[in-house]
Amino acid sequence: MIRVVLPAHLRTLAKVAGEVELEVEGRATITSVLDALEKRYPMLQGTIRDHVTRKRRPFVRFFVCEEDWSHDMTEVDLPEPVVSGKDPLLLVGAIAGG
Amino acid sequence: MSQVRVLVGTKKGAFILTADGKRDKWEVTGPHFAGWELYHLKGSPADPNRIYASQSSGWFGQLIQRSNDGGKTWEPVDNKFVYDGIPGTHQWYDGTPHPWEFKRVWHLEPSLTDPDTVYAGVEDAAIFRSADGGKSWNELSGLRGHGSGPRWQPGAGGMCLHTLILDPTNPQRIYIAISAAGAFRTDDGGVTWKPINQGLRSAQIPDPNADVGHCVHHVAMHPSRPDVLFMQKHWDIMRSDNAGELWREVSGNLPTDFGFVIDVHAHEPETIYVVPIKSDSEHFPPEGKLRVYRSRTGGEEWEPLTKGLPQSDCYVNVYRDAMAVDSMESCGIYFGTTGGQVYASADSGDSWAPIVRDLPAVLSVEVQTLA
Repeated sequence: MIRVVLPAHLRTLAKVAGEVELEVEGRATITSVLDALEKRYPMLQGTIRDHVTRKRRPFVRFFVCEEDWSHDMTEVDLPEPVVSGKDPLLLVGAIAGG
Repeated sequence: MSQVRVLVGTKKGAFILTADGKRDKWEVTGPHFAGWELYHLKGSPADPNRIYASQSSGWFGQLIQRSNDGGKTWEPVDNKFVYDGIPGTHQWYDGTPHPWEFKRVWHLEPSLTDPDTVYAGVEDAAIFRSADGGKSWNELSGLRGHGSGPRWQPGAGGMCLHTLILDPTNPQRIYIAISAAGAFRTDDGGVTWKPINQGLRSAQIPDPNADVGHCVHHVAMHPSRPDVLFMQKHWDIMRSDNAGELWREVSGNLPTDFGFVIDVHAHEPETIYVVPIKSDSEHFPPEGKLRVYRSRTGGEEWEPLTKGLPQSDCYVNVYRDAMAVDSMESCGIYFGTTGGQVYASADSGDSWAPIVRDLPAVLSVEVQTLA
């Protein structure tokens, strides 16, 4: 069971109160977790990754075990603490803007 | 008794303002979609309980929300706006080719007859259509692909398709406008399009009489006369009496003819409204006086409307989709400002009062007149 923490606006959109818990089939990577997330919450499609390019939106970041995995790490196997549910995968909206 | 519902999109959410036919006591609900930019909301003329809303943010992109109960509850529908085929390029600010990239929906225009059909005007400029209540979107790519697209260039606010007008007498005819490409018309339901910019003159561009490249800010039409169009261009108030084939300037005695909004009285097709703004480098009313100008002659002769509007130290702007009219017997006029006020007049503009004063910056105002 993988735990995912969404930014506040996306929790509102998906109508979830706290963390999301997901089962991921096969390898657990950021991409496969996002695929499972969007499958369960279709309204999140396009909000984290661009519909066409599938690239991360510039103001969304991925944090794994206190490390920034936003760049070139989306196909890397997630570490054991995230896969086991001990640590969550953090999806973070940049603290910026007006 | 009739009721009026005002749909207000702001920089930080949507608000719905309702009143009875007297329009003197207003109930305000919201913010809906708190924290998001609501570029536009509009109700279906065929089913007033059906409302579409464009919700977006710099963080999480574009969403489309739909209500089936007059804005009490909402559901997200499809937000996948994918250009047809290979998008190609338009001009960037420096004149170099720049790939077409979807950014946001500026305007939603529900069909006049079918609540499930709705058009979306988007940035980078294109028109999309949904025939299933927003569950899927398809581009009417004849506009973007009609030939001049590679020469289109963004205005300062982005290359947005911000105006979308459906002809009530001819379902095949649609008018659109793009900053800064100009106005276009289709006569075959969106398959093919032609620029309708003859007569526009924009001193700031290399060829001031070019067929495209004009920064059209907004266009308005009275439903009883769909061949007559009124335009607020970057500078100049323009009028066409032949469906956009030729335009002539009707700025007349306005203190400045820069501005964003333009609209037409619900029952008097020659009565039009603008809010003059000082200049393209100073986006606020001249002399700090917020004045709506009304022409009862279809342009040229204008009178300032000031009763109830701030006449000193007012430095707000009024964005292009932030004026609307109701169709009550005594026509109501509404506009929203970047200072968060929504002003209403229940007497065709003779007197004004704020419905609300302290919303986030207002991006759009639409009105529904309910039986």
